[in-house]
Amino acid sequence: MGPSAELALHRFGLGARPGELARIGDPAGWLTAQIAAQAEPVSFGDFPRAAQVIREAPDRGALKDDKDARKDYVRELRDAARTAIGARMKAAYVSDTPFHERLVWFWSNHLAIGMQAKLRVVPFAFDYERSAIRPHVTGRFADMLLASARHPAMLIYLDNALSAGPGSRAGRRRDQGLNENYARELMELHTLGAGGGYTQADIVELAKILTGWTVPPKEFQKGDTAFLFAPNRHEPGAKTLLGVRYDEGEEAGVQAITALARHPSTARHIARKFAAHFTADAPDDALVAHLEGVFRDTDGDLGELARALVAHEAAWTPALGKARDPIQFVTAAVRATAGASAGQIKPESELALLGGMRALGQVPFSAPTPQGWPDTAAAWFGPDQVVERAEWALALAGRITQSVDPAELAAGLFGRLLTDTTRTAIARAPSPQEGLALLIASPEFMRR
Amino acid sequence: MTSPRIDRRSLLTGAAGVAALSLMPGFARVAFANAPTDKRFVVVILRGALDGLTALAPVGDPAYAPLRGELALEAGGDRPALKLDGMFALHPDLAGFKAAYDAGQMAAFHAVAIPVRERSHFEAQAILETGLGRAGGRDGWLNRALGVMGWNDAGKAVAFSPSVPLILTGDAPASSYTASALPQGTDDYMARVAALYAPDSLLGPALAQGLEVQAMAAEGDPGAAPMKGQGQRQANMVPVAETAGRMLARADGPRIAVLEAYGWDTHVGQGAADGQLARRLANLDAAMTAFRKGLGEAWNDTVVTIVTEFGRTARPNGNKGTDHGTGAAAFLLGGAVKGGMVTADWPGLADRNLFENRDLAATGDVRSVLKGALAGHMGIDPGRLDRDVFPESSAVPALEGVIRV
Repeated sequence: MGPSAELALHRFGLGARPGELARIGDPAGWLTAQIAAQAEPVSFGDFPRAAQVIREAPDRGALKDDKDARKDYVRELRDAARTAIGARMKAAYVSDTPFHERLVWFWSNHLAIGMQAKLRVVPFAFDYERSAIRPHVTGRFADMLLASARHPAMLIYLDNALSAGPGSRAGRRRDQGLNENYARELMELHTLGAGGGYTQADIVELAKILTGWTVPPKEFQKGDTAFLFAPNRHEPGAKTLLGVRYDEGEEAGVQAITALARHPSTARHIARKFAAHFTADAPDDALVAHLEGVFRDTDGDLGELARALVAHEAAWTPALGKARDPIQFVTAAVRATAGASAGQIKPESELALLGGMRALGQVPFSAPTPQGWPDTAAAWFGPDQVVERAEWALALAGRITQSVDPAELAAGLFGRLLTDTTRTAIARAPSPQEGLALLIASPEFMRR
Repeated sequence: MTSPRIDRRSLLTGAAGVAALSLMPGFARVAFANAPTDKRFVVVILRGALDGLTALAPVGDPAYAPLRGELALEAGGDRPALKLDGMFALHPDLAGFKAAYDAGQMAAFHAVAIPVRERSHFEAQAILETGLGRAGGRDGWLNRALGVMGWNDAGKAVAFSPSVPLILTGDAPASSYTASALPQGTDDYMARVAALYAPDSLLGPALAQGLEVQAMAAEGDPGAAPMKGQGQRQANMVPVAETAGRMLARADGPRIAVLEAYGWDTHVGQGAADGQLARRLANLDAAMTAFRKGLGEAWNDTVVTIVTEFGRTARPNGNKGTDHGTGAAAFLLGGAVKGGMVTADWPGLADRNLFENRDLAATGDVRSVLKGALAGHMGIDPGRLDRDVFPESSAVPALEGVIRV
């Protein structure tokens, strides 16, 4: 089976909306056209960029002394988190470029942050995906990596903001020193991959190279920047990473990160992860090798990587070989039932949908570890999770008030992918609501 | 709980469900079988790497206090470490562990590690769970232990997690359970979903196993309100530990269980007698106390193995925390444990004794602890342990004398 509108919508997109399947004549072309899409969703304009978050942050000393103010601030953060998640999800529910959104989600998860891990990450979480990830998902990988490395969300999440060279002025004067956390994950997770050819000594050297990369305190924040290279925290002297010598200074960090982005191990690591995410838990070797070559030969051009993916025959087989994670599952259910109009998704429904994601075990911007969310069937089709998805499908169907013919809807959403088993189960359902629930709980709907 | 009480058990075994269920191969064995043994074997995985030098502090090592600085526990003061012997003391928030130690029901181990020197959380956790002497491998040692014991009932081996973690993944049936925050579906609806999943090799068995365990949990405590949001990884381990204890106490309940606890990756502001890590330890201690309470008399037939992927750096890092290290602490807890001792071939914390001049060296293989517990408590033949449960591990003998006989 080559490219099909069904898989374009379900595997590479966010699930089908009613009527959408029939409108896609050229599945690969429909996807490729989305790669160029650059505009961010208009609703994002209301959100503060990282620099503004720093400028408007409450005075820490005041918070320390005032219990009520502290309580208010935490409540404010919680509301901000909810609003940010709402905006992100709403953009997905109504997106006309769902493949582009999926690329954002993939890269955001590749360079994952978890706002539940540290309260200080929360106000930056939305801007991280918006400013450090989204603009680069069809650009150069090195640029995305640098933007991530400099963003307050990542600097705080993986502690580089606190790291100081033991021989630096801050390191000698104050009780501060090296923190390896970011350097390790930068190589293990973001670039080279485990077994990518680095040692513990390389981790320490990279950590030293990146000392001084931090978040500016309010009084040092200037213009639109939310990044500070603090020379007084930077470890003096040259360092050696993967056999290459780096001079002292900020530029060495840029060079080191760029070199990691271009390393052959990075091409291999990312090609496999990208193919596995979109096509199969054990992806086709020829597809992986092809993507690895494209990544290497284009200097990590992620738009070309996405084009190469959808142009490759193996990316379209086997059909429905991947488990939808809870966020994708909830999103597909909303797109299938609420239609394209944003006006149909009421704020209280948004809240209920967020509750659904939470109950199913996945919340945006809240990856459980720096490794990001898993994307395999083993991770998401556990006994307990499967029961809960079926329960959630019934709960959602119960909330749909408009009249729906689930049999017709199923045929329209899944076309040739709809199995007789699902068709029969829907046809025999005791009510349209339960028919709809069975459609959402169906094996087809659980996968992509 | 105001929603109608659903008795999944009657769905699974009662006459009403029979017509629909006859189509479902996965539902053939859902009636609860009595357990093949009274013995309970539990593994608690502390994900993120517990700092063993805080949980089980070598206060008798002269290098300990100077090396650790403000992360060191103290022998005196308001919150002294809980002294076990001439060398080791427990963190003051592990009072439950201390009581078990005094009762001869807790054995501790130090300077142990997985067989591969690996400081990546994810790689190291995988090795801890596969039980292999190398990276790679797709099934867990606890699942292989089920295979060796010939168990074939998913309801007897339960991970109290949203999905079955690697340690319990493999050919032998196993399931997972967390209390749902969602309203339960009706029996009729679930029977229809089960029919829909019957031909599906992943979803069919998963649903059957999930429903089975859910029914068991509901029956165990019909009045209990669901614990909200357990689908997510919770910081508070107490509710899930209590539920697990209650389920394991049942005559027809699980006998093998896995619990996971998060939040041990203390790179920044770790604290000592008080602080971040102290709060995690206090929660672990409370969870084990709740687990014991849930188990009741069955505590006497229970061994809980508490392990982590690696230890943390011997010296504090630049942020009053610790980075990824090597030698770790491990614990056996339970009425069937022959405890009251700390086992360690202590390498010492002097600079020259540190592994790569940074970590507590590992002088023991954590698999010897696991094998000792499995052999002593579950009666698994040592040859099978060497070959099948922990392949190619004959050079790592099971520790003897850790279980009461």
